[in-house]
Amino acid sequence: MNSAVFELYRDEPPQAASPLAADVPLSIRELTVSYGEKPAVLAVSATVPPESMTAIVGPNGAGKSTLLKAALGIVPSLSGQVLVYGKPLSQAMHRIAYVPQRASVDWDFPTRVIDVVLMGLYRELGLLRFVRHQHKEKALACLHRVGMADFAYRQIGQLSGGQQQRVFLARALAQDADLYLLDEPFAGVDAATEKAIIDVLKSLKAEHKTAVCVHHDLSTVTQYFDHVLLINVRKIAEGPVASTFTEENLQKTYGGRLATAHIDELKLPEPQR
Amino acid sequence: MISTFLNALLFQAGYNAALVALGAALLGIAAGSGGTFLFLRKRSLLSDALAHSTLPGVGIAFMVMVAFGGEGRNLLGLLFGSTVSAALGLLAVGWITSRTRLTEDTAIGAVLSVFFGFGVVLLTVIQTMSSGYQAGLEGFLLGSTAGMLFSDAIVIAVGGAFAVAIVFFLRRPMTLVSFDPEFAAASGINVQRIDLAMMGLVMAVTIVGLKLVGLILVVALLIIPPVTARLWTDRTEHVVMSAGLIGGFSGYVGAALSASAPHVPTGPIIVLVSFALFTFSLLFAPARGVLAAIIRHRRFRTRLHRRQGLLALANGEAIRDRPTLAVLRREGFIRRDGDVTDMGRQAAAKVLRDESRWAMARRLHQDNDLSGRYDGSTPIEAVLTRDEIAEIDRRMGRPTLLDRSGDGR
Repeated sequence: MNSAVFELYRDEPPQAASPLAADVPLSIRELTVSYGEKPAVLAVSATVPPESMTAIVGPNGAGKSTLLKAALGIVPSLSGQVLVYGKPLSQAMHRIAYVPQRASVDWDFPTRVIDVVLMGLYRELGLLRFVRHQHKEKALACLHRVGMADFAYRQIGQLSGGQQQRVFLARALAQDADLYLLDEPFAGVDAATEKAIIDVLKSLKAEHKTAVCVHHDLSTVTQYFDHVLLINVRKIAEGPVASTFTEENLQKTYGGRLATAHIDELKLPEPQR
Repeated sequence: MISTFLNALLFQAGYNAALVALGAALLGIAAGSGGTFLFLRKRSLLSDALAHSTLPGVGIAFMVMVAFGGEGRNLLGLLFGSTVSAALGLLAVGWITSRTRLTEDTAIGAVLSVFFGFGVVLLTVIQTMSSGYQAGLEGFLLGSTAGMLFSDAIVIAVGGAFAVAIVFFLRRPMTLVSFDPEFAAASGINVQRIDLAMMGLVMAVTIVGLKLVGLILVVALLIIPPVTARLWTDRTEHVVMSAGLIGGFSGYVGAALSASAPHVPTGPIIVLVSFALFTFSLLFAPARGVLAAIIRHRRFRTRLHRRQGLLALANGEAIRDRPTLAVLRREGFIRRDGDVTDMGRQAAAKVLRDESRWAMARRLHQDNDLSGRYDGSTPIEAVLTRDEIAEIDRRMGRPTLLDRSGDGR
């Protein structure tokens, strides 16, 4: 069904009024982002199917994170359109949770683990309502899901990289969203954390939610994801991992940077029959 | 002089002194709590550019009011002028940073000196003017309480209360934007608008504090209290509240001191009071103070001796290091005659196992955050989560985990 939805929208941008468009978690049309004169993302269109686990894959500097940030309105885009569940971003913000790269913040900031997770509830709390017992319980439950409940009252500066990543994921869980966007969640984390994160992502899928990850580790794409978007400034290919994550497409994405020997090590799907 | 000071502290030095002390306390609370977010956003220096950019506005407002036949010293008029020129200064910093290749610190330095220089020229011109009661304008440089009117105190009180209210209402978005602007933007917060509100808050505090503390030193009231508060606590809301208290206390005591020594400008005294609090905190704060660091280091040395000693016990090696022996003996791991106690044997086994766990952890975790934290003496349970330890134990091929008895050999 996923690929059917994907095929439907390949050529025609979905209209807000179309009944199916409201089911598409993320639809990006001709998005272009530029830092100065050099385009970082050039006219990329992509559709994330419902209840999928989508990987955004490409070489360093290919604009993977930029695409995600532009889709969220964190960096301004020059042109293009983003629809979240068929609505413009500003009307669908509450259905999105975002996990930034953990290196993007100062971990010496005066705050504790549970306070970071509570930030995920700020949208719900608004400006004035005080944090109550039920909010703390919810934050603790989110920490429990990522295996960090014992660390709730630690200062965040005391965490390892993998633990920092888990706290960020717990904060996103607290947002109770339908679409989760994660920027390099597996970068530089230990094996236990990688497993904890992938378990959470799988449980999200089981709850009919959708996850999109900027991903750098080609060797785990087939194992973790069912949908893939290959980009190198421009879009190279998108579609189900089985038919899209092929040697040919990877060569197109990485150019000479990907040695054939390296490709052999990947567990690529069998060629299409 | 001491008795004048005590009188001022207790509101008995007269109506005017009480007014000044209350105003300074309010200003300190507003500056401390508002400045905290600027400090957390790592933009403290911007407030210095802002404060110095107020001076041309003061001069021009004075001249305009005199030209229209009014009294040049009208505080509201002067504050309005300084607000306009501070806003221009901020815009200039923003423009230089975004439109040229110059960095923000360069832009701050340039704007600060040019605006301040222009302001000093204007003040010099004003001194030569014949009318308008220009005496007292130089109070805007270093602050003065002399001749403060009831209406001036009202301006400070209203401005301070306004700033504290903004801090309360915007505490969540400002915290989020300071910690993680990308997440804030993705949560639907308009980061630019919050930054603007933050600058507006700082500007309000600066303008209100001009008369009392002076534009050269008002920046200290925005920076020193948050930095001092940060030494005492690891929670944002506590930093905000403590910074407010520290600022308020500094303002109150400083103004009282100044009332008992009328020839010393108020600003420097308030700053020195807050600096005294900072010095005390730097030395004695429990987690981040210098003294705490020394104690921590001593404890660390003890832990290191304990670990080395227990490792030697586990491996059956002789211990010759005297401090190590002393630590082991004091903690009951060995008896006076050097025999190992049961407790010692158990602890030695655990140290040996943690040692091999750490060796495995260093291979599994490639991030610096962890390897940097490996000091060889922190219990592994304090640093890693349970599933992380389980993963390590699994790789080491040991089925049991987290049992405290130890199984070293």
